[in-house]
Amino acid sequence: MQLTGDRFTSETAQLGNDISTLPNFPAEIRAPAGTLPGVSSFQVHFADFDILTPGDAPNVLVAMNPAALKANLDDLPRGATIIVNTDEFTKRNLTKVGYAENPLEDGSLDGYAVTPVALTSMTVKALEGQAISKKDAERAKNMFALGLLSWLYSRPHESTLAFLERKFAARPELVTANIVAFKAGWAFGETTESFAVRYEVKPAKQQPGNYRNITGNTALALGLVAAGVRSGLPVFLGAYPITPASDILHELSKHKKFGVTTMQAEDEIAAVGAALGASYGGALGVTTTSGPGVALKSETISLGVALELPLIVVDVQRAGPSTGMPTKTEQADLQMALFGRHGEAPVAVVAPRSPTDCFAMAIEAARIAITYRTPVLLLSDGYLANGSEPWLLPDVDDLPDLRVEFATEPNSPDGFMPYLRDPATLARPWAVPGTPGLEHRIGGLEKADITGDISYDPTNHDFMVRTRAARIEAIEVPEMEVEDPDSNARVLVLGWGSTYGPIGAACRALRQRGLPIAQAHLRHLNPMPRNVGEVLGRYARVVIPEMNLGQLAHVIRARFLIDAMAYNQVRGLPFTSSELEFMLEEVVKNA
Amino acid sequence: MPEPIALKLTAKDFKSDQEVRWCPGCGDYAILAAMQSFMPELNIPRERIVFVSGIGCSSRFPYYMDTYGMHSIHGRAPAIATGLSTSRPDLSVWVVTGDGDALSIGGNHLIHALRRNVNLKILLFNNKIYGLTKGQYSPTSELGKVTKSTPSGSADSPFNPISLALGAEATFVARTIDSDRKHLQSVLRAAAEHRGSAFVEIYQNCNIFNDGAFDALKEPATRDDFTIRLEHGQPITFGAEGQWCVIHPPGGFGLEVKPTAEVESHEIVAHDQTVAEPAYAFALSRLPGEDLRHSPIGVFRAVDRPCYDDLVRGQVEAAKGKLKGSAESELASLLNSGDTWTIV
Repeated sequence: MQLTGDRFTSETAQLGNDISTLPNFPAEIRAPAGTLPGVSSFQVHFADFDILTPGDAPNVLVAMNPAALKANLDDLPRGATIIVNTDEFTKRNLTKVGYAENPLEDGSLDGYAVTPVALTSMTVKALEGQAISKKDAERAKNMFALGLLSWLYSRPHESTLAFLERKFAARPELVTANIVAFKAGWAFGETTESFAVRYEVKPAKQQPGNYRNITGNTALALGLVAAGVRSGLPVFLGAYPITPASDILHELSKHKKFGVTTMQAEDEIAAVGAALGASYGGALGVTTTSGPGVALKSETISLGVALELPLIVVDVQRAGPSTGMPTKTEQADLQMALFGRHGEAPVAVVAPRSPTDCFAMAIEAARIAITYRTPVLLLSDGYLANGSEPWLLPDVDDLPDLRVEFATEPNSPDGFMPYLRDPATLARPWAVPGTPGLEHRIGGLEKADITGDISYDPTNHDFMVRTRAARIEAIEVPEMEVEDPDSNARVLVLGWGSTYGPIGAACRALRQRGLPIAQAHLRHLNPMPRNVGEVLGRYARVVIPEMNLGQLAHVIRARFLIDAMAYNQVRGLPFTSSELEFMLEEVVKNA
Repeated sequence: MPEPIALKLTAKDFKSDQEVRWCPGCGDYAILAAMQSFMPELNIPRERIVFVSGIGCSSRFPYYMDTYGMHSIHGRAPAIATGLSTSRPDLSVWVVTGDGDALSIGGNHLIHALRRNVNLKILLFNNKIYGLTKGQYSPTSELGKVTKSTPSGSADSPFNPISLALGAEATFVARTIDSDRKHLQSVLRAAAEHRGSAFVEIYQNCNIFNDGAFDALKEPATRDDFTIRLEHGQPITFGAEGQWCVIHPPGGFGLEVKPTAEVESHEIVAHDQTVAEPAYAFALSRLPGEDLRHSPIGVFRAVDRPCYDDLVRGQVEAAKGKLKGSAESELASLLNSGDTWTIV
């Protein structure tokens, strides 16, 4: 174990990260393995800024046996990642350290991101055919674990391989075995699309109340369940497995008692098609995916625009284009969400800003979809999806009332007019099959205003295109809040999505150093809050950090004619507050 | 159960106010008229019937039925209808599609709907050509077909829609012809009565781009010798005098046509649409030659298998039965579940 820690430290040092380590091993050279006093651990804290301690609270615990888990669990903050070697979680080993129930199964680790890995048996399997003893093969599990961690944290591995060659120079068979085990661990991380994410929470005083730790994907799923309960509509999820969105499908499939139906469709197109079909029938149709899936669903989303039916499309963004880096985060689907369809096909676009905000924004997406009968794109990302933060549990009675009334009788003296709109919302009636007297046909062909009959009339088409745009523009959304504590900032940082935490932390650090800066964050990307133009106009400089090449900045510049400054990175990793602080300091000093 | 109330609907009740706009002489008119006069038989209120279509000439169908209807996008009707049928067991959901819509752009959705056995009636109007886009070859056009997009003849072999549906283990597979209203309606009736996905191929003439494609099955000179009318429980014989029959050749895998006079009567295959193993129906689907000689029409296969939508709804209903309090109170306990703590 000490050797594993050493190698990880060495890899990390080569990356230029600042490191602090805390080796902790028993005084006995051979303390009884699997007992609490026999636990040998190695704690590493690495970061790309100055750090002074080995980190009081580790973010990841690799527990090679139940004893290691028990000895270190108290040090872990909730939400931390625990990688456990399941092979060692035998009844005997559990009893040895006083576990009555297997903690991997009794729910006591629910607050953590547990990755169970059969480290020993997979290592032994990987080393089949090597000329080494079973015992040596089992020992190589540490190298398997190191390979997995090196993948998770994108550590270089050349030096470890060279080190192994030096260390076991006298026994070439062990060199090979350890290298094979290391590479097997690396490959395991890559092929199982494992994640290592810790959401950087925006610093703030925690309000009193009940909390639990929650990831963005789970919060989003619970938000959809809540939207079903608060609207009284059955939720229908059509989904095709895709990283990093699949966990929403897994979570929702557990909540059938709330009337939630989940369908694992044959492809992304069928998934959104089934959701739209369910919406047509009076359900809350939802589909969850990542960027490549949204591309496939685009034609059906446009059909949703033409049919004017509620539909929620969740895009948990990942690094693209194409397969890209499925386990790495990015926010480069914004312009696809806003503009990526054929014809003039505007939809509402919302984006949660933190893991817990995924709950609120799922409900908000449902509110918009149901009230305005439109597809809504919800942009999450891999950072939010797998990152977690403490969640102040809401009171169910305080959640928005989403009840909706279906059309039940003809809305004009001439019968039922499927495209006669509500003057307040511009929404058309939601007349579900099964309603007597309202039989009507809808489709993708252009429809005449009011009657919904097929129409090729030029004036009608122009009117319908403008009406579809106007009804999205007319969606009521809350004003954008600005945090400018002393009202003396000249620079505003504008963000959207998962950058909220790191931007918030950077702003706080600057203010503590006497540098005024304002922060605003967009949760509604289309339509934008009414006050955005006015807010941006109040500041001498607007900076927009994004994990893309400037997609929001492009939109802001075009729409508000201001010289917004784009700060971009596309490394598959979230911004850290320290790099933002460094960048923003320069902007503030020169503004 | 109480006797259902007779709704006394007529064909007229199913005609919408939209002007029908297929080319004059199109086989679709005959299918529409047959459907409108068949629908009252179902004794289902119009509001509980939904037609979902994709794109193509046939997919205009929903506009002309005074029921609920959706003209969707190319190839996706089975997927959309699956979502509708799964969430609304009270509806009778019909999919209208064509050879390009169902077998080319939408092939994936078709086979998956069939394997899931969703409660859908899928009517595939097969005219062996792309009509709406004005005459390109389709996935059912014969090899070598000369069209606008294949001036030297097409190089791809066609799908046999019946074989494809059977390969996907469809539980109900049938074929009928636009011009034979009585037969068409008998097949629609059997499809409507089937629980699960019912796949019906309807040979439909496109008189503009592929006129006469099915003439061999319609012309008095050939139709009796070319068409095999399948009837459950009956020995398979055909021809004006019943002079042809279908046998299972000893040692072979498939079925063969023989002169009835040359075989013993017990050798003639008696049609059984309930054979669980799809190989029998598949063998029937392989009988026709390129000239349509020996084309079976009628119900190839009608078997029982659990339906996706019934199973899924069963799971949801069973789970809902476990709700202890109101949905709101259950939601509150769901949100508060797991490892929680309090800050005061």
